[in-house]
Amino acid sequence: MKHTVVALMQDHPGVLNRVASMFRRRGYNIDSLAVGGSETPGISRMTLVVDGEDTIVEQVTKQLYRLIEVLKVSDVSDDPHIARELVLAKIYAPASKRQEVSSLAEAFGGKIADVGQDSLMVELTTSPDQIDNFIELVRPFGIREMVRTGRIAMVRGTPTHAGDAYVKVA
Amino acid sequence: MTELTGAQIMCEALLREGVEVIFGYPGGCIMPFYDALVGYEQLHHVLVRHEQAAGHAAEGYARVTGKVGVCVATSGPGATNLVTAISDAMMDSVPIVAITGQVTSALIGRDAFQETDVTGITQPITKHNYLVTDVRELPRVFKEAFHIARTGRPGPVLIDIAKDAQQLRTTPVWPESVNLPGYKPTRDGNRKQIREAIKLIGMANKPLLMIGRGVMLSEAFPEVRELAERTGIPVITTLHGIGAFPEDHPLSLGMSGMHGWVHNNKAIQECDLLFNIGGRFDDRVTGKTSTFAPHAKIIHVDIDPSEIGKNIRVDVPIVGDAKRILTILLEELPARDSGDWLLHIREMQAVHAAKQQYTRPETPQFMPHDVFAVMTKMINERGNYHICTDVGQHQMWAAQLIDWLEPHTHITSGGAGTMGFALPAAVGAQFGDPGSTVWAVAGDGGFQMNIQELATIMQEGLPIKIAIINNGYLGMVRQWQQLFHDKRYSATPMWSPDFVKVADAYGMPGMSISRAEDVADAIATAYATSGPMLLEFRVEQEANVFPMVAPGASISDMIMSDPQPVLA
Repeated sequence: MKHTVVALMQDHPGVLNRVASMFRRRGYNIDSLAVGGSETPGISRMTLVVDGEDTIVEQVTKQLYRLIEVLKVSDVSDDPHIARELVLAKIYAPASKRQEVSSLAEAFGGKIADVGQDSLMVELTTSPDQIDNFIELVRPFGIREMVRTGRIAMVRGTPTHAGDAYVKVA
Repeated sequence: MTELTGAQIMCEALLREGVEVIFGYPGGCIMPFYDALVGYEQLHHVLVRHEQAAGHAAEGYARVTGKVGVCVATSGPGATNLVTAISDAMMDSVPIVAITGQVTSALIGRDAFQETDVTGITQPITKHNYLVTDVRELPRVFKEAFHIARTGRPGPVLIDIAKDAQQLRTTPVWPESVNLPGYKPTRDGNRKQIREAIKLIGMANKPLLMIGRGVMLSEAFPEVRELAERTGIPVITTLHGIGAFPEDHPLSLGMSGMHGWVHNNKAIQECDLLFNIGGRFDDRVTGKTSTFAPHAKIIHVDIDPSEIGKNIRVDVPIVGDAKRILTILLEELPARDSGDWLLHIREMQAVHAAKQQYTRPETPQFMPHDVFAVMTKMINERGNYHICTDVGQHQMWAAQLIDWLEPHTHITSGGAGTMGFALPAAVGAQFGDPGSTVWAVAGDGGFQMNIQELATIMQEGLPIKIAIINNGYLGMVRQWQQLFHDKRYSATPMWSPDFVKVADAYGMPGMSISRAEDVADAIATAYATSGPMLLEFRVEQEANVFPMVAPGASISDMIMSDPQPVLA
C-alpha cells in the first residue's frame, strides 16, 4: 500500500541530502518526494509517498526521526487529507488534434500553459489519481515531455503540522 | 570579553566539555588548531601514527570512561582515515567527537588540495555532522556536538571546520543550553508498557533476560541485578553486554548467538518470555530471524525507537534509558521464582563439560584456548583491567573463555567488526583509566593492521600489555573456508614478521610463547614489567571457534566441532 508521509524539518544546508541518503542506505522504496517551504520561516515541509507494508512505513518514520534536523513526521494516509500534484505535460498535438487535447485538459481542470508548432503544454493540478487518469487518456496522442512534482498533502481542518511549535529555531 | 581565534575557541570549547585528552594527527588545514593547542596544556594531545588509530583511541577512551572521546585530523586523507573508526563508533553507539580541518571556505567545492567532502562521506555513519565556515558558529556547534554525542543513543559526531574559520577572530558567545527542537530523546519509558512488561514477567513460565550494550551505556548494573535476583530470571549477555552482569553470578548464563553457548541458544528457542534490555537483535544474536525465539513474547527496551521492530517483532516495546525504565519497573515488580526453568537450562548446560574443555578439542597441540584459560585466571586474580580485543577468532575465544566480572572491562569492535581496533583502542583505554592494566589482544592479522601504534605507546610511555594470538592465518575467514568453502584457503595464510624483533625495534620487551606450560610465566612477566610488553602466542594454526551457528542459519542448529577434524 502507498502511504503519504508528511515531515517538517529545519531548513539547513544538507538536510535533503541526509533524508535522501537515509532512504538509499536503508533501501526504502520512495515513489515521490516533494520538499519546499512551510508557513514558518526556517522550516521546510516534505511530503513522501512510500510504498510498503505498515511496518516499513513505521521504520521510515523512525529513521527520519533519528535525523537531528527532522522535527515531526506523520503518516497521514488514514487521516482525511487533501493530496495534490502538479504535472506539466507536452503533448503531441498538430492543429487537427489541438481541440481534443484542450478539451481533455479542461475536463480535468487543467489549462494550456503553452502552444507550440505541433504540441500543447498542459498544466494540471489535481489529485495524483486524477493525474494518472489524465496521463493515460492523453498517452495515445503522444507525450513528448513530462514532469510531475510529486504529491503534496495537508490534513483537513485543524492545523496538525504547523511549524510554529518549533518556531524558536527559525 | 576578549577576541579569540576560531582555533582558540575550539580549545576553549573542548575544555568547557571537560575534555582532557585528544587523539590526533596534524596537517595543513588543521594547523591553526594545532598552533592554538600550544597555549592549552590542559588538553593533552596524543600523536597517533595513523588517523584511524586516533578514532579508535577516542573510542577506547569513551568505552572505558563513558565520556566523549575526541579525535582530530586534517582535511582530505586525514579525514578519510578517520572514517573506519567513525563507522565503528556508529555501529557500537560510542560517543566520540571527530574534528577535521577543511580547506578555506572560499576553496570549498573547487577540488582544492586535500579537499574531501567529509560531511558528505560521513553522513550515513555519524549521528550528526557539521561543516563550520563561520567562526561565530563554533561555540554553538561544539556544545551541540558533545550534547548529541553523549545523550540518547550515543554516537559519533563530526565537526568539519574550514581553515579560515579557525583563523578568524571573534568574541565567542557561549550558549547556556542547546536548542535542538528535533532532538529530544525519550528517557523514562511509557508507564503503561512498563506495567505490561510486569504482567508478562508475572505470567511467564520460562523467562529470559538478555542484556546488551544499552545496559552498559546507562550503567544499569544494580538494576539488572536486582531484577534478576528478585525474579530468579537467568541472564544472557550479548557480546556488548559482557561485563554488565558478573559471570560468576548463579543466574548468569554468559553469551548467546553465533558463538554463544548451546544451552543459551536452546533456552532462547524454548523460552516463553524474552526480555531484551538494550540489545538490538543483531543478526549475530538472532541467526535466522524467522526461527528466533518462536515461543516467546518479547519485551524490548531500547533508547532508539528505530531499533524496536527493526529485526524482530516485539510484543512490548519500551523506549527509553535502561536504568530509568528498570528503576520504574522495580518499584512495582513482585518477586517470583524461576528455579525450575533455571534448573532445566543448567541441565542442558551440564551435558557439556566445563567451557574450557567443551570448546577445546582434545589435542596435545598448543591451543589458543590454553592462553585464555590461564589469562582469565591471572587477570581476575589481579583485577582492575580492561581487555581490548580485535576482531576474529581470538575475539570470540576471549568473549567465551574469559570470566567477565566487571563492567567496561571488555572492549571490542562488535557491530562493525573492525580489524585493527584493539591496539589503538588500548591506547585510549589506558588514558581513560591510567591506573588499570590494559591488554590489547589481537590476532596476527588485526595486530598488523595498526602495528604502527607501537610507536604511540612508546612515545606516551603507556604500560599496555599486548597479546598476539598468532595462528599464521586470518583465522576466522580460514575457519569459514574450512567449514563452508571446502577448505579452500583463499588469501588467508599469512606471513608475519618476527613480532618480538618488531617490539624490540620499538624499544618494547617481547616474548614468544609456543607451549601451553609457558603461558603463565609469560603473563606473569608482562605483569611484572612496569612498562609495555608484547607477548606472541604461537598457537595451533587450524583451531576453530565452537560452538557456532552457520551464517544465516537458525540458532537451533549449532555446529559443535569440526565435521572433519584437521587436528590430531
